[in-house]
Amino acid sequence: MLLNQFLLLAAALFCIGVYGVIVRKNGVLVLMSIELILNAVNINLVAFATMSGLGGQVFALFVIAVAAAEVGVGLAIVLLIYRNRRSIDIDELHELKG
Amino acid sequence: MWFLTHVWIIPAVMALSFLLILFFGKHMPKKGAEIGIAAMGVVFILALITAGQWINHSNTEVHGAGEAAEVAALANVDPSCAPAVEHANETVGTELSSDEASSGGEHGQAVTTAGTGESATAATKSAEGGEEGGEEHHPTQPVVRCMTWFESTGSHITIGTLVDGQSVILLVIVAIISLLVHIFSTDYVHGDRRYTHYFAFLSLFTASMLFFVLSQSLIQMIMGWELVGVCSFVLIGHWWEERPNSDAAMKAFLTNRVGDVGLLIGVIILFFAAGSTFSILDVNILAAEGGISHGLLLLASCCLITAVMSKSGQFILHTWLPDAMAGPTPVSALIHAATMVVAGIYMVARLYPVFFEGLSIAGSSVNVLSVVGAVTALFGAMLAFVQKDIKKVLAYSTVSQLGFMVTALGVGAWTAALFHLFTHAFFKACLFLGAGSMSHACHHSFNMVDDYGGLRHKMPRTFWTFLIATLALSGIFPLSGFWSKDEILAGTGSFPGTSGANGTYHLMLIMLLLAAFCTAAYMIRTIWYSFYGEYRGHGVPHESGPRITVPLMILATLGAIAGLANLPAEFGSFGLRFEHFVEPVGLYFPELSHAEFNVGLAIVSLAVGIGGLAVGYLYYWKGAFKPLHGLAERNTLARTGKTILENKYYFDWLYTTVIVGFVKGPLARATNWFNQNILDGIVNGVGKGAVGTGNWVYDNIDQTVVDGAVNGVGFTASESGGVLRRLQTGRIQQYAALFFAAAAILAGIFVIVIG
Repeated sequence: MLLNQFLLLAAALFCIGVYGVIVRKNGVLVLMSIELILNAVNINLVAFATMSGLGGQVFALFVIAVAAAEVGVGLAIVLLIYRNRRSIDIDELHELKG
Repeated sequence: MWFLTHVWIIPAVMALSFLLILFFGKHMPKKGAEIGIAAMGVVFILALITAGQWINHSNTEVHGAGEAAEVAALANVDPSCAPAVEHANETVGTELSSDEASSGGEHGQAVTTAGTGESATAATKSAEGGEEGGEEHHPTQPVVRCMTWFESTGSHITIGTLVDGQSVILLVIVAIISLLVHIFSTDYVHGDRRYTHYFAFLSLFTASMLFFVLSQSLIQMIMGWELVGVCSFVLIGHWWEERPNSDAAMKAFLTNRVGDVGLLIGVIILFFAAGSTFSILDVNILAAEGGISHGLLLLASCCLITAVMSKSGQFILHTWLPDAMAGPTPVSALIHAATMVVAGIYMVARLYPVFFEGLSIAGSSVNVLSVVGAVTALFGAMLAFVQKDIKKVLAYSTVSQLGFMVTALGVGAWTAALFHLFTHAFFKACLFLGAGSMSHACHHSFNMVDDYGGLRHKMPRTFWTFLIATLALSGIFPLSGFWSKDEILAGTGSFPGTSGANGTYHLMLIMLLLAAFCTAAYMIRTIWYSFYGEYRGHGVPHESGPRITVPLMILATLGAIAGLANLPAEFGSFGLRFEHFVEPVGLYFPELSHAEFNVGLAIVSLAVGIGGLAVGYLYYWKGAFKPLHGLAERNTLARTGKTILENKYYFDWLYTTVIVGFVKGPLARATNWFNQNILDGIVNGVGKGAVGTGNWVYDNIDQTVVDGAVNGVGFTASESGGVLRRLQTGRIQQYAALFFAAAAILAGIFVIVIG
């Protein structure tokens, strides 16, 4: 009942995040979309935690901490890309093209 | 005893001297000669002490024998000498005196006296064998010392020293001659371009010969033999810048190689016949007691005779010896008196049981060894008549005298052979050094017919020493050559009234008497051309310095008195000393009987010698035998004979033109044809076949199957890569989209399957 709504919200949020990751050209926005995905997962974890103890909440806190670190690294990368190329357009970063 | 067991020091001193001269000689004040002479002096003294100890050993052995036998049972034998000693224990009963055993036990070395035990058989044998000569011939054990050099499939290859009368006498001869040659050389080759090198090789030459005469095993003997050969090669070719000298050295070396093959085969036969042992004593004991079949011994001795023919200049391999005169004269003296050529004689004497049994010397009247010796003695002496070069006369004289020794060995007169070797060493060295002295005075010419003459008053010391040596060589009483030559003649056992010889060799006696006549005649011819008549060279000859004349005088003295070493038995305790101390008695030596001195034969032999001298004297001095003068120009037969002699019986022609020519000419062509047509045909056929097969394989298997597979794999990979590379856009978002899509699809499948 109530759980379904949380799961639907998380699914919607996840889809928005995936959409952002795939579509956005701005690197910073891609990172923000990844945050959305992570937070969608957090909502799932917390929602399930209401049914089966506190383990899910602990995991959610872990994810938040790891996400903070990930954003730190990600933003540093983006900053370096900007310094080197004067652009943070993801589409231009295709050196790995086969 | 100490010197008898440590006799290895003697060759070691000379080897050390060789190395010292080689490395430091050039920086020494006398350019290395002083090292050589000092080493020779040490060796000379050591050899004399060794000889003294050997004489002492021989004398005490007689009295102390009983005690030694008691110790024998308790003696502990070092295993390294085991083959020799064990064998001796089984077959003859070895004994070891206690002091020897204790002094030699360290470092895998063992000292033992072997081969003449006190067992019942040995005692009876020596009692039977030692009757002649008015004095009982007591057994004296050789002093053996050896260590294992290496070991292969159970057979020990030992190296060591075997000291008995025979090796001791050779030590003394080599030491004396070599010392005098060293001293002589300091003057003779003074200022030579390779003075240091010369003395270094004199040292090595002496060391090799000393090493050879002390051989304990056959392998060691071969090593010494080859070392002597290579040193003579170096010294004969000392002045190698002139083509004939290097050719002579090469000839000496190659001719000796022919005989070396015989030596090698003979030794191999003996090795297997004696049950895988190289020990000389073992081989000798087995051969003497009949442990080796007669056929094998005959085969081995024939092979070894080839070696003697080359090394000791016997017909038909003697041709190198006169050519070896190309070397410096002191080297010739050393080669002819003490080292190189006596090696062959020494080898036969050392392995005497092999020859004695193999050739059935006792009781026979002809055998290979004696025929080779007698032919050499006579035909070598005849060749000396037509030589102009004084050194060549002496060279053929050596060939002839070596023939005497070989004949003596062939007829069983072992002691006579060694005794003649002993006396010959002195007077022949004296003759060679005398020739060197004359050449020194006459502008280095050796042509006595054209460049010498009348040197009697100009070089009195050289003249007198040369004359004494000549008389000794001719066998004039009472000089040394008389005694030794007479002993050989008596040893043939052919002269009526001689008793005690081993066989009756009539032919040998006649040939040797003829050879003795020729010897005296050609020597008087040499004296005539060198010392009498008018001086025919240029310049004014003068007597040589003391370093040349003193050795001459010493050698002449020794050549005169050396015969006293083995006076006939009639002289009582002064008689037969040489035989007593030198000839081995024991199971490693055959039981020889000894020909007794015969006054009739001595007179005949003396008459022959004097006759030779007299004929020469009348012919040259008095101009007698008028019809003979210039006979060669008038008489076809005489001319033919002279031509044959001048061409040295065409042996060189036979070797160079016939044999070498055949090898170079028809044989080489035939071989070439065979090579071109048959061998090359086969090789080419095989090659063509291989190329054809290769081409077929290349076309059909390599190109289609192998390359097809390889190319196919490559093509597939390349094409699939070309397809797949389109996926690799480098755009992260595209990857992410694919990733999510795949995850979604998999999740969908998962839900459906689980659900």
